[in-house]
Amino acid sequence: MTLNETDPFDAYDAGGFFCELTSPGRGDDGTAATLRSRIATIGLDALRARAAAAETELIDLGITFTVYSEATAIDRILPFDCIPRLVTATEWRKLEAGVRQRVSALNAFLHDIYHAAHIVNDGTVPAELVFGNANFRPEMRDFPVRFGTYVHICGIDIVRDSTGAFLVLEDNARTPSGVSYVVENRHLMSRTFPDLMAGMRLRPVDDYGRRLLGAMVEIAPDAVADPQVVLLSPGIYNSAYFEHVFLAREMGVPLVEGADLEVDDDHVWMRTTAGRRPVHTIYRRISDDFLDPKVFRADSLLGVPGLIGAWRRGNVTLANAVGTGVADDKAVYAYMPRIIRYYLGEDPILANVETHMCRESEALAYTLSRLEHLVVKPVGESGGYGITIGPRATRAQLEMARAALQADPSNWISQPVVSLSVAPTLTEQGIRARHLDLRPFAVTGRDTWVLPGGLSRVALKEGSLVVNSSQGGGSKDTWVLDEVQSVVGTDATP
Amino acid sequence: MSVTRDTPLLARYAESLFWMARYLERVENTARLLDVTQTFETPGREDESWFALVRINADEACFAERGLRPGADAVKRFYLLDRANPTSIPASLDAARTNARTLRPLISTEMWMQLNVFHRDMIAIAPDALQGDRLSRLCRLLKEGVQTHTGITDGTLFRDQGWFFYQLGRLIERADQTTRLLDIRYHLLVPAAGEERRIAELTQWGAVLRGAAGYHAFRRVARPGFTPADVVAFLLADTAFPRSVLLCVEQMEWLVGQLRGRYGLRGTVPALERIEELRAALLGRQVEEIIAQGLHQFLDGVQRDLILLASEIGTAFFRDWRPLANRTVATSADNQSQST
Repeated sequence: MTLNETDPFDAYDAGGFFCELTSPGRGDDGTAATLRSRIATIGLDALRARAAAAETELIDLGITFTVYSEATAIDRILPFDCIPRLVTATEWRKLEAGVRQRVSALNAFLHDIYHAAHIVNDGTVPAELVFGNANFRPEMRDFPVRFGTYVHICGIDIVRDSTGAFLVLEDNARTPSGVSYVVENRHLMSRTFPDLMAGMRLRPVDDYGRRLLGAMVEIAPDAVADPQVVLLSPGIYNSAYFEHVFLAREMGVPLVEGADLEVDDDHVWMRTTAGRRPVHTIYRRISDDFLDPKVFRADSLLGVPGLIGAWRRGNVTLANAVGTGVADDKAVYAYMPRIIRYYLGEDPILANVETHMCRESEALAYTLSRLEHLVVKPVGESGGYGITIGPRATRAQLEMARAALQADPSNWISQPVVSLSVAPTLTEQGIRARHLDLRPFAVTGRDTWVLPGGLSRVALKEGSLVVNSSQGGGSKDTWVLDEVQSVVGTDATP
Repeated sequence: MSVTRDTPLLARYAESLFWMARYLERVENTARLLDVTQTFETPGREDESWFALVRINADEACFAERGLRPGADAVKRFYLLDRANPTSIPASLDAARTNARTLRPLISTEMWMQLNVFHRDMIAIAPDALQGDRLSRLCRLLKEGVQTHTGITDGTLFRDQGWFFYQLGRLIERADQTTRLLDIRYHLLVPAAGEERRIAELTQWGAVLRGAAGYHAFRRVARPGFTPADVVAFLLADTAFPRSVLLCVEQMEWLVGQLRGRYGLRGTVPALERIEELRAALLGRQVEEIIAQGLHQFLDGVQRDLILLASEIGTAFFRDWRPLANRTVATSADNQSQST
């Protein structure tokens, strides 16, 4: 840092929120301070120049998602913030254990509701929440899945409140996306900011593809010695196509579309130049509804006729299993602490956000009386749609939410506004505090493995709490510090 | 010592590799044709010179549908700016990129990145880049873009069977384009007669050779008092010139043979028979005889044979597994076709 340049952190103010870089008491070993001083050394101008170069590289590489409007298709990048988010070894121990616990409970719950349904029969979870759920698949009843694993790939959205406590916001047990950005962000950081990373002992993220392939091989039908794994994508027009490409490449398996597959005599085949070849495990990035027009939506052009039949005969494995959507539903979410205790006999390691299920009259009355202080969410939506954030809403928006609640209370839950934690983020004004969340990814075959870190999504708009990429969110590289941080220490002042 | 396993190739990937290579080869050759046409502009007859390009691509109907009148500007815009014209350079680049997008799991990141950036730059060609000396510069950029792609592909594309389909696509297109480059000469007007005509002809043949990047090689191997027939023979049947039709055909034969021998693919026989016919057509007659009977007709015949060859390859490896009518999901493959 030259003398006439000021420290870009001078103007930084976390504003009473928990800060992922500057708040004390995180079991940090000095890495945060080192990172901060390195950022200051680079200086704002160079940070901006390099960040711009990094974004250009993302565009050139086509690490993009596609946004469709009426006639055009525009490739957008997920905006990348170059200031990494730190997760200390202590924090990660807790997060990792919490994610594992959650995945175990989700799988146990799914196994139970598709078999004896003890948890429903003894009244712990209301029957209509399970059997009346649009994502409950009767086809799954009594169907055996290997190792009892239904949710092979899970992404759990975690936030932090103003005290720094981790809270689970949402379980994504269907086809959670975003892991490609975790790995690509790391690669981008090491190319554009080697000086920020030098000597830091970070947990690597490169192992994801190998772990995923390992799990896909494990869950393949029993009798197959060298199973053929494929990734099933809706194709190049899907907005998450880049991620599908990434996953297929990292696993080294073909990326197939529905039309590349055929089912004959309850076996699945892919069409190759040398005729058809058998397929044993399908990591599908197509939702249940579209998988098999013979069983689910008949108008689906993305799926494979007969796929479910082949699966039921045990000739092919689908990951994730069909019917997992009932477990990551926002209404079932509210029961997760009870579900964890029920199956595992443990207290939840990661707490839920306090949730009021408006299907219960008390909760509805409470919600209606405090609408301006609560976040109201529809049960079935994802991507941040349909949410009303009370303190931010206009009177008209609040009245709309009230009407919707009264019309169909069971479609809604409410939660207090969580004061999401912040992290220093490069903005036009300089380095400023922006809210963020974290989505760790867990891969489960026989056992569960959690990718160190996860996707940190950051709300780039000042004060915004919505981190979704469809609504102006960006991402950061997530640095999980290794247990022993012996190398770094504090950099000498130049 | 080897970690390589015999990995199957999706039929769709093979098809996309074939077409990606074809479209890019087409971009390079269209740029060559445009460049040559510019040099050919006969003073006072510019419009006819440019319209010859439309004729050799058999684009008259498509051109007329747009209400365009033959003329330098209209033709240049038709091929360089009009994305809706399926034979234009931007349309070929769109198709090449769409195929590359499909192939991202297979091709190298470097291949994808170069093509992605090349596509972005070239579909945004400004109208004033078509004027005067800037046209030649633009054509050079287009050629260089494809050549960069070719180099990156040579250095990074894994050479399993996919590579063979890629090469087949580009060679079929290259052979086709060489016949079109030759054909352009057929449509050109030359001054009335005598010495003036002879010199004008030689100048034009020189330009055709330059368009194919074969001028110097030709001078090295040609007889001192060469005739136009020598140029035709060189472009059609030389065994060392990279853009000669015969050399392309011989490489295709090797590629198809490899697919059969090395990868055990069945269904190569009809393609090999087509290749045999092409070779017979190219070597069966003296070039003077071909010219006497009509070069244009001959070139038309070669183009038809190449179309049949492409369709044999498609039937054997891309399309037999799914009737076209069942291709319900709109993919770029549905729109892929010959330029004729």
